[in-house]
Amino acid sequence: MSELTDFGVKRLRDGVRSGEFSAREVADAFIVNVSKAKELNAFLVETPDHALAAAKAADDARGRGDTLAPLAGVPIGMKDLFCTNGVQSAAASHILEGFEPRYESSVSQRLWDAGAGMLGKLNMDQFAMGSSNETSAFGNVVSPWRRTDGGNAPLTPGGSSGGSSAAIAARLCPAATGTDTGGSIRQPASFTGITGIKPTYGRCSRWGVIAFASSLDQAGAMARDVTDCAILLEAMAGFDPKDATSLDAPVPNWEAGLNPSLAGKRVGIPKEYRMDGMSPEIEALWQQGIDWAKDAGAEIVEVSLPHTKYALPAYYIIAPAEASSNLARYDGVRYGQRDLPDGAGLQDMYAATRAAGFGDEVKRRIMIGTYVLSAGFYDAYYTQAQKVRTLIAQDFENAWGLCDLLLTPTAPSAAFGLGETTDPLSMYLNDVFTVPSSLAGLPAMSVPGGLDKQGLPLGLQIIGKAMDEQNVLNAGLALEQRAGFTARPDAWW
Amino acid sequence: MSVDKATVQKIASLARIAVSEEEAERLVPELNNIIGWVEQLGEVDTSNVEPTTAVIPNTLRLREDVVTDGNVRDDVLANAPQAEHGFFAVPKVIE
Repeated sequence: MSELTDFGVKRLRDGVRSGEFSAREVADAFIVNVSKAKELNAFLVETPDHALAAAKAADDARGRGDTLAPLAGVPIGMKDLFCTNGVQSAAASHILEGFEPRYESSVSQRLWDAGAGMLGKLNMDQFAMGSSNETSAFGNVVSPWRRTDGGNAPLTPGGSSGGSSAAIAARLCPAATGTDTGGSIRQPASFTGITGIKPTYGRCSRWGVIAFASSLDQAGAMARDVTDCAILLEAMAGFDPKDATSLDAPVPNWEAGLNPSLAGKRVGIPKEYRMDGMSPEIEALWQQGIDWAKDAGAEIVEVSLPHTKYALPAYYIIAPAEASSNLARYDGVRYGQRDLPDGAGLQDMYAATRAAGFGDEVKRRIMIGTYVLSAGFYDAYYTQAQKVRTLIAQDFENAWGLCDLLLTPTAPSAAFGLGETTDPLSMYLNDVFTVPSSLAGLPAMSVPGGLDKQGLPLGLQIIGKAMDEQNVLNAGLALEQRAGFTARPDAWW
Repeated sequence: MSVDKATVQKIASLARIAVSEEEAERLVPELNNIIGWVEQLGEVDTSNVEPTTAVIPNTLRLREDVVTDGNVRDDVLANAPQAEHGFFAVPKVIE
């Protein structure tokens, strides 16, 4: 039954509903794939019992003739940033090793209520800080993709949701949750030839999602096509009184609203994203995307987002500032690891616990955040960054006077080799195209556009107006139909 | 603005992260690179701009003033590195 693992969310849901195959067969097939793929290091914890219990519930419901839940029969992967009841939730950090929450995050609860089962917890960059998965305390994920040069150099699956992207591309799960603070859904989707959407800030509850930068963190859906993303996101989104920034708005039926025509839509091409030294392959892909949008009926307009170049530096003040505050809770007292040197007092225990528990990138960001928030520097750094953020959001508002959607590349390159990017600043530049929309809280998605000369996937990004996920998904579908992306990595693992 | 080793140690102490002499040495250029790079924000004229407080307009809600949880002591303590007699235990704070 190995072909079941080639099916996506919609196909599995419909097949279980119609009785073409059982949910148990689906769960078994994916559990086998997960267990055979240890080399990818995509899963930190495997939870076959969870997936099998959900499958049994789906099969039993069908046996009784009940209406099946929206995701009945669909097993998924859960990023390790989501707290899951009784299952280790460590944000891929040593400091939370062994932490088994006694509660369920709102988003994961919604997915279980919708009938989905969990195959396991997916590896990621530690506390979602990273763009390559190399900051995980449990070893990096290896992308299932390899260059066609025969060198077999291990590549990054992107980050921070790199366990999610690798697992979906390798057919270990049909879909997974991701979270996106500055591009952590879209860049890994682009690197692995899959699809991922970050909805409007506030669509998905942050309750029970281990916090990185609260004004930016947003959960989203990752899958192999746009329709599957729409189905998964529909189950994840919705008002939650437990999150003060949750949006009290109805969740549209995005799947039913899918329409690949862009007739009457104006698609903006932001000229500032055409950067000096841009790779010709990325430029060619972007032009291809523009041609596809035209072919789907869109009118193409050039727009200007003049503050684009300031988005990354603003992000690297705001996100670390929020992280330094959010991560103050890891004190070795209430949960997670404790390091108590002989004879140490409370303050020494805090410092030793945090030194031993956090990885280098996490420490670096906490320290940057502590610095920019410290007395005497707060206004020069943090307040200025939040003012620049206002200007970046205004740029988008002005663009919406001229267009309905924006089309850009997702990332400035294809996946790079593990260990190839060691300088933190060069790593940060991966998010140059994804960070501005994060700062403005806008919905954005990445869809595969094609392969580069090395045989690696490249993604196109669509950015929409706040609350307008439907048009983002529709444009994604229009590109997807024209790209006809069917490439997949050969199973070497 | 640039940071020196003493500043790095001060920040680390504020952040409650123990750093060794060697780590502090290593962090000086790393942090200076990042801080030097973010300082380009200084060239943006923001004299008439309000700092962002919320990216998506939203109102803060009030809920009914009723108890919605409690009686979960054992759940709260379940993951503590050291829980004793229904409390979080820490090293002696007062001599």
